[in-house]
Amino acid sequence: MSISLTGVVYTHPNGMRALSDINLSIKADEQVAIIGSSGAGKTTLLKLLATSLLSSSGDLQLLQHNPAQLSARALRQLRSRIGLIHQSPPLPPRQRVVTAVLAGRLGQWSLARACLSLCYPSDIEGARAELSRLDLAEKLFERCDQVSGGQQQRIGIARVLYQKPDIMLADEPVSAMDPVLAEHTLSILGSIARERGVPLIASLHAVELALKHFPRVIGLRAGEILFDKRADAISQQDLDALYLNTGLDDTADQYAAAANNSLRSRCL
Amino acid sequence: MKQSLSAALWLLAIVAAVVASFAYLQLDFASLFSTDSRAQMLDYAGSFFPPNTSAGWLSKLWQGTLETLAISAIGTLLAAFFGALFSLLAAGRLGNMAKALCRLLLNALRSVPELVWAALMVLAAGLGPFAGTLAIALHTTGVLGRLFAEALENTPPEPANALRAAGASATTAFLYGTLPGVIPQWLAYTLYRWENNIRMAAVLGFVGAGGLGQMLHVTLSLFQQSKAMSVILAMLAMVLLVDALSGWLRARLG
Amino acid sequence: MPVTATRAHWHDPAATPRALLTLALLLVLWPGLQLTEFRPQILFNAQNREVMGRFLAGFWPPDTSAEFLLMLGRATLETLAMATAGLALALLLAIPLSLIATRTLSISALFSGRPSRTGRLLRYPVRFVLIVLRSIPEIVWALLFVRAVGLGPTAGVLAIAITYSGMLGKVYAEIYESVDPQPARALLQSGSSRLAAFLYGVLPNAAQELTSYTLYRWECAVRASVIMGFVGAGGLGQMIDLSMRMFAGGEVVSILLTFLLLVLLADQISQQLRKRLA
Repeated sequence: MSISLTGVVYTHPNGMRALSDINLSIKADEQVAIIGSSGAGKTTLLKLLATSLLSSSGDLQLLQHNPAQLSARALRQLRSRIGLIHQSPPLPPRQRVVTAVLAGRLGQWSLARACLSLCYPSDIEGARAELSRLDLAEKLFERCDQVSGGQQQRIGIARVLYQKPDIMLADEPVSAMDPVLAEHTLSILGSIARERGVPLIASLHAVELALKHFPRVIGLRAGEILFDKRADAISQQDLDALYLNTGLDDTADQYAAAANNSLRSRCL
Repeated sequence: MKQSLSAALWLLAIVAAVVASFAYLQLDFASLFSTDSRAQMLDYAGSFFPPNTSAGWLSKLWQGTLETLAISAIGTLLAAFFGALFSLLAAGRLGNMAKALCRLLLNALRSVPELVWAALMVLAAGLGPFAGTLAIALHTTGVLGRLFAEALENTPPEPANALRAAGASATTAFLYGTLPGVIPQWLAYTLYRWENNIRMAAVLGFVGAGGLGQMLHVTLSLFQQSKAMSVILAMLAMVLLVDALSGWLRARLG
Repeated sequence: MPVTATRAHWHDPAATPRALLTLALLLVLWPGLQLTEFRPQILFNAQNREVMGRFLAGFWPPDTSAEFLLMLGRATLETLAMATAGLALALLLAIPLSLIATRTLSISALFSGRPSRTGRLLRYPVRFVLIVLRSIPEIVWALLFVRAVGLGPTAGVLAIAITYSGMLGKVYAEIYESVDPQPARALLQSGSSRLAAFLYGVLPNAAQELTSYTLYRWECAVRASVIMGFVGAGGLGQMIDLSMRMFAGGEVVSILLTFLLLVLLADQISQQLRKRLA
């Protein structure tokens, strides 16, 4: 079991409870999408899985380790085995794409190699290979602030791919991309995860993308898991319960309509 | 109405202060402009012309100019290096105690004028350009350390945090995530201080710290006014050139 | 996806420029270190260590005898007075010079958009003079004046007056040019004298910035006065110089602390006045 959560609760420092009683297990060959309206706790859950946040209570096991019980060194090692694709790419503007991608393995490199790589990139071919999977090979030596938002997101993805983690997490990885590119990127992510035999957990706000590309879907609402089902077992009522009456009724209706369409198209 | 009344009163206070200053100093302008001293001053002023332009002296001037430029450059370089180190502490990256101590140290370095540092360094290292270099390095470390720390505090932490979440150590996360963001600003500050330090380096020589300043002091003390004049002209030329160059650079880099 | 990779793809294009730049910097660094006689080991040789040791040993406690404090007080007042008097004289010079140097009051510019040739013939030399006055470091002027009029604050006052007239003159001229030109132009066009156009058209808008800059320069003048004392122009600077020569560490510390307080005080005064006058 790659990931296992039992009764996990997370409360923000200001007292607001973001996640309650999360029970979840994910195996190495699974691909899971997390959906829910804004503020449901998707990002918080992903950050917990990435060890950026520590759970307030409950048992969290990642790759058979509990991050709260690890020494600093062991925690660093665990972190280098978990890759998180951020929603807004954390790339220093003036850094070159090649360096940004290579930074994915900093957790595995010695300090000496990291310093030398700043003077001359130490694995240009490796970075190029990951970028070319995302059709960005020609941007190898450009500066990160000279590419578009969607391209920056893909560079963030390339960095995690280069890291070759044992768990792949993604927080709204295609939010800045047009629908065609988003579809394309999600299928690439899925096939790479399958190829490498690692679990992929992604939060998405486009329900139809989630239902189409991920065999298992978890619905979060107000910090609790509402449902955890196979994608083809999700009904309209499930989605209604997830999105309606969240104070964003219009948006919820749109979501519901879109989900409806994708349900219908698969039934046909 | 009240505002302009209070402003008027303040102006009056300032005028009073100015008058008091003149009174306190007992500046004897009358004797300053008396025939005797006027003749003396004109004589003195006249002895500066024409400036000495012999080949031997000009080559010494060239050496002195290079020495002044070197003092400012090496001093600023040292300051940038140590300023960067101290800025990490002063921005709180290694704890609050270190931050407070460091800020105190940087403030102390910065508050002592370069000339005083130069006089102290002449005691520590002897006469000559090394003292001037150290003086500039010490003072400018205080200035740059503080500026660098402010740049560090204003830089977004997300890139470095993301790297740490992927297992990078604090050091490598800093090198790959934070440093690329602050380097342009650090560089700009350093170049700006270098420009200022060139002027300073010329002056520090008065206390024996090398360069054109020392040459000026020596020639004036030996009553070699025409040689002194060429030193002044060399200083002027250097300052004007640096001003023009930096203006052009600034226009080009936008 | 067609593979068009060539070996050129996998070589860092920034490598060569970076290497060349590094080489160039190293080539300049070496003579630089030579010229500055960079020998850190000097700091630690026996003779210098002894001198410094003697000096530092005297640093604490700072000298606080009544007699010394009295001298300190007088020197502080002298420094303040030097700065104030010097700046006042600088103002006297700067105002007329800036009026001549500025393009705002150019009547010929009203008609053709650019000042006439005669106008420029007058303006440019004045601008040049202003540049020269402020490019020669004030301490050089102080040194010269000390030789000409003797030791003491007079030299300092004159040095500040000359250098700062250059600085104030240039910045004043620029401030006049940066405010809205309409009122002045309107006045000039309707035939008023240049002085009137300045007083009624430019001054009201520029007053705040002018005051602010002048107060900032006063603060700088206080610092400069201390430094000039080093070459014999009186005040705190001359005191530090004497104390250092006598290796009286305690006195040096007292004077330095006073200097720091003075700078803080000047900063406060300047800020407060800026708030009230501007």
